[in-house]
Amino acid sequence: MKFDIIARVSVKMFLPFILLFGLYIQFHGDYGPGGGFQAGVIIASAIIIYALVFGLFPVHQIVPLRYLRLMMSAGVLIYLSTGILTMILGGNYLEYSVLAHDQIHGQEWGIFFVETGVLITVTGTMTGIFYAFVGRGR
Amino acid sequence: MQSIIGMVLMTLLAVVMIGIIRLRNLFAVVIFGGIYSLLMVGLLLVLDAVDVAMTEAAVGGGLSTVLMLSVLYSTKEEEIRLVRMRAFPLFFMVVTGVLIFATWDLLPLAIADLPSHTHVSAYYLDNSLKDTGVPNVVTSVLASYRGYDTLGEVTVIFAAGIAVLVLLQGSRIAKKKVSRSDSISGSDSVSGLE
Repeated sequence: MKFDIIARVSVKMFLPFILLFGLYIQFHGDYGPGGGFQAGVIIASAIIIYALVFGLFPVHQIVPLRYLRLMMSAGVLIYLSTGILTMILGGNYLEYSVLAHDQIHGQEWGIFFVETGVLITVTGTMTGIFYAFVGRGR
Repeated sequence: MQSIIGMVLMTLLAVVMIGIIRLRNLFAVVIFGGIYSLLMVGLLLVLDAVDVAMTEAAVGGGLSTVLMLSVLYSTKEEEIRLVRMRAFPLFFMVVTGVLIFATWDLLPLAIADLPSHTHVSAYYLDNSLKDTGVPNVVTSVLASYRGYDTLGEVTVIFAAGIAVLVLLQGSRIAKKKVSRSDSISGSDSVSGLE
């Protein structure tokens, strides 16, 4: 597949659109279908299709495995710390209404933080599983 | 029109399933699995479950097919014929029959005023916009009303990823320590996929 010019060119052309679509799914999740998990798997599949066509080595240079390990834990930590933040601000755990001056804005912020955590963990985990399987060799 | 498309997709799903059962070439089975996911995406779109369809397209059609191919790279391509056991299919048929018998006691589908549909989901549908300002009820239920559940799901994904990395990367590090000359470069193994 290394010398397949059609695959290389079309992946290069589609890659920004796949990534943009992932971000759209993430940030438009309040109004349309989708959310953190869907955006995470779409961004991970963009990384994976790049790795399939161009090999694992250039992808490892862009997204090394140690970044992925950090992402996997950082997403869960963002989620957990959103809950702790709401507790510090005087609400219950994961009660987003205290995050801003009124309930609607607080909920918006809380959902934004939580979905960001989901996105980071899912992207890191899916790409990490792919690295682990494919980088294994025979 | 929708039901016709649904029936056509269901029939194709059944055809693909029979193909997967009958095939012995594992590469073809993996590709048929990808086709199955693609048909499922169409079926979920017909059922108006767009977010599930996106997940199925990315995970079922993309990621798991690639993972299966990479597993295939380290095994043989043909399925080995096992010695046939008579007791196992009988056991399987009996268990399946009992499970199908048990489905008769499940709640009937497509009835709006069942107790399971009138408890909290009616509250979510009525109050989501007022409580959270989010028009998409799925997002408000997942992230806000049921935030604890989603936290648990994210933790499960995290744990699964860590477990896979520990199992597969750990063995690679151990192998590297044994023989340094046996270098495993990633691009080789990827280009070896096809």
